[in-house]
Amino acid sequence: MRSTIGVRIFAGIAAIDVRDLRVVRGAKVVLPGISLEVEQATVTGLLGPSGSGKSTLLRAIVGVQVVASGSIHVLGAPAGAASLRSRVGYVTQAPSVYADLTVRENLRYFARVLGAPAVSVDRALEAAGLEDEGDQIVGTLSGGQLSRASLASALLGEPELLVLDEPTVGLDPLLRRDLWRTFRRLAERGVTLLVSSHVMDEAEHCDRLLLLRAGGLLADDTPDALRRRTGCADLDAAFLKLVESTG
Amino acid sequence: MSGRVTFATAMRVLLQLRRDPRTLALLFAVPPVLIALFRYVFDGQPQTFDRIGGPLVGIFPFIMMFVITSIAMLRERTTGTLERLMTLPLAKADLLAGYALAFAAVAVVQASVTSAVAFGLLGLDVAGSVAAVIGLAVLNAILGMSLGLFVSAFARTEFQAVQFLPAFVFPQLLLCGLLVPRGRMAGALDWASTVMPLTWAFDGLDHAVRGGAAGIVLRDTAIVVGVTVVALALAASTLRRRTS
Repeated sequence: MRSTIGVRIFAGIAAIDVRDLRVVRGAKVVLPGISLEVEQATVTGLLGPSGSGKSTLLRAIVGVQVVASGSIHVLGAPAGAASLRSRVGYVTQAPSVYADLTVRENLRYFARVLGAPAVSVDRALEAAGLEDEGDQIVGTLSGGQLSRASLASALLGEPELLVLDEPTVGLDPLLRRDLWRTFRRLAERGVTLLVSSHVMDEAEHCDRLLLLRAGGLLADDTPDALRRRTGCADLDAAFLKLVESTG
Repeated sequence: MSGRVTFATAMRVLLQLRRDPRTLALLFAVPPVLIALFRYVFDGQPQTFDRIGGPLVGIFPFIMMFVITSIAMLRERTTGTLERLMTLPLAKADLLAGYALAFAAVAVVQASVTSAVAFGLLGLDVAGSVAAVIGLAVLNAILGMSLGLFVSAFARTEFQAVQFLPAFVFPQLLLCGLLVPRGRMAGALDWASTVMPLTWAFDGLDHAVRGGAAGIVLRDTAIVVGVTVVALALAASTLRRRTS
């Protein structure tokens, strides 16, 4: 076990280890049997068109999704284990914060639930770029501020793994850049990030890309390797080429 | 379950209520106004007002907490905050107890205000103890809250949740003995009323208001508390960490 400034890193264990995961929602098989690994202290992008199963996969990884079969291990424990609840931060697509409270009041509540110290509230506000909006009622925030308030809640208590479902939707380019910088900083401190997006240009910021299509893994590679393999300069084109070559 | 998380949850729920002054005003003003309305509707029959006024003080919190909690919990479900909480180190009991604590505090204020108006201003005459009426009012509030938490799982929208009031509460109000003694109802209704929680809540209040019969009040209180515990257990079973 080696240690960085921020988060403990366990040698030889993937942060996320998914094997033959099958998820059925209603009559639809969303994930027919996916396997993947996510390395510790990296930023991994989960990309794919909407409806490809990204959110379902993320929900399964944080343990809020009923799964039909297969196994998921997160930080060495089965997904959804009680011991993971203070070690994994999760941001849903819908900003799940209380609209009638201020940003700070939201964070203070979630911090108390986590047993995180009071200073973590200020740290989370800073990391999400919400220092000036702390005392604003969440219901009055703009769309971008709202999703950052939700992100700030997930940063409390210094989780070792952050699972973020489309965190940059509705953000302007400047904020998006800042947010990816934050993600990079967290990864440098040892935090593992799994970030979903349907915008290909965000893939550039990731160490590794998981391309999802119709519940299956189209590619699991670094951005550079993906470009080399497809002979495409930009990742958008690379993705399209992969889709076409697999039919 | 952790005292810290329960307390934090109760404070959060109260803070949300405080941010909604109109709801708070309605919570504290509507019951006294309705009691006053009853007083003057039965202007010519003061003995009727004396009979139902006291128990009403303790029944209002049941009705209002039922509606408020079912909508509050529905909101937690629809806005995703419940899903977030379920991924955090929070026991289901923390959430339920937090809600219970917060709404019990609201019920204390609501029942006190209503009592002050009913017994002070309106001259409601009771032989029994006002403190007992307030105490039972708080228990009934928690009963209403527990049932509200449970039924909220069966509503997908706030429109549906509001309909649970006429669906679940009105029949209980009609049959509990408040309007007509149960013995004078059709036999089937009398029988049906025995399995309705509000019947026992009313019966306890009725006896407490008239004074004496401490044994019956205790029995009814035990029934109310028992149903509350069952409803909370059922509500806990509707809080799922994993959903499909």
